[in-house]
Amino acid sequence: MKEDSGAAIKLNPIKNGTVLDHLPAKSALKIVRVLGLSFDAPVMIAIGIESKSMGKKDLIFIEGKELSKKEVQTIGLIAEGSTWNIIKDQKVISKKKIELPTELIGIITCNNPKCITTVEDIDTKFVMHGKKALCEYCEREMNMKEVIKLLK
Amino acid sequence: MKWDLENVVSINDLSRKDIESVLDEAKEMKSSSREKKSVILKNKVIASLFFEPSTRTRLSFETAIQNLGGKVIGFADAGVSSTKKGESLTDSIKTVNSYCDAIVMRHPIEGAARRASEVTTVPVINGGDGANQHPTQTLLDLFTIREEFGKIDEISVGIVGDLKYGRTVHSLVLALNKFKNVKLFFIAPDSLRMPKEIKEKLTNVEFFESEAIEDFIPKLDIMYSTRIQKERFPDELEYLKVKDAYIIKKETLVNAKSRLKIMHPLPRVNELSPELDNTGYALYFKQAGNGVPVREALLKLLVVGK
Repeated sequence: MKEDSGAAIKLNPIKNGTVLDHLPAKSALKIVRVLGLSFDAPVMIAIGIESKSMGKKDLIFIEGKELSKKEVQTIGLIAEGSTWNIIKDQKVISKKKIELPTELIGIITCNNPKCITTVEDIDTKFVMHGKKALCEYCEREMNMKEVIKLLK
Repeated sequence: MKWDLENVVSINDLSRKDIESVLDEAKEMKSSSREKKSVILKNKVIASLFFEPSTRTRLSFETAIQNLGGKVIGFADAGVSSTKKGESLTDSIKTVNSYCDAIVMRHPIEGAARRASEVTTVPVINGGDGANQHPTQTLLDLFTIREEFGKIDEISVGIVGDLKYGRTVHSLVLALNKFKNVKLFFIAPDSLRMPKEIKEKLTNVEFFESEAIEDFIPKLDIMYSTRIQKERFPDELEYLKVKDAYIIKKETLVNAKSRLKIMHPLPRVNELSPELDNTGYALYFKQAGNGVPVREALLKLLVVGK
């Protein structure tokens, strides 16, 4: 299936909602699972679509839903550089590149069992230093592999 | 110099200028008369909350508060606080906040002081949060170095012992990284080497590593020795293997500079032979004594201002 072979399949099948494009191949299912998308909106997923710039890519179409800041940050961790389209009346009204977030609030738990955030009911806070996340509380640093593992 | 920090939670929050402000103030405290100092915290109440026991840190803080004419409330063990009844740290701190003008705290959980600083209106000074931070120890170490050598720039510091689990040495090297032309010599058995994450942050100092003390002895201005702490090891066998690895005696120092100074955060077990205590090398008791003026300085800066 080719990205621009619109005749074969229409890749913009939603009326109002969100389209995530340029997701790295095989990342879509993880994003859907981590965001729990199937529970609150109809979701369509395209996996392994040919792409000129990426070789292969995934897409996610979410009908009737706009993403929260937290959800966009989570996607940024899994699929940095992907494209976030907001669709209204079948038209793209906003198109943004999803960057790696600079901070993570309440998105992941700290992997340090002695961190205050694992003992008390408070939001975790991490500051991203490039590809590393530093816990604001216990100052433990995690690499991206550890961060992504902690996304449910 | 301007002082605008509201809390002292982590040494990483302090710039070189902030550190120097504390050291300048501590120098003044050390030379001030008892009478002059005794009114600085007049009518102020300082909460000293030790959720985990620590004789040295608590006593030096409480001495500092008394010296400045302040009153102390608090506890020396979580067993006598409402934590035992299951109260959250957040609730305990919010309550104490309304009783006092500043909170000094030690807690076994990492990040506890940061959390406390988020829910208080009074300054929080971290007296140690588990294996994470102990910024006042680092400040007193730096004060001792500057007092002894007149500067911190261009100093050569050997750090011996547990470099893997020792939070004191991690904080110290990260603080020394803020100074100029500092050389660090890490001496530790392979299983206790300085962690990679810390070394990655040492961008402003030169550092060298060895398992043998003698490799670096002649180069050092300061030898900072640390206790190998049993409680930091997940496995006791691992502890037994390395506990006697780095014992410093007179004969260890044969090739040392005559002005070499030995520092240690104390308590020591056997890593520093008592035969060193009466030599010109020993700086560790003076270092421990400097805990008082440094903590006086912090209390003044945070509670009264510059």
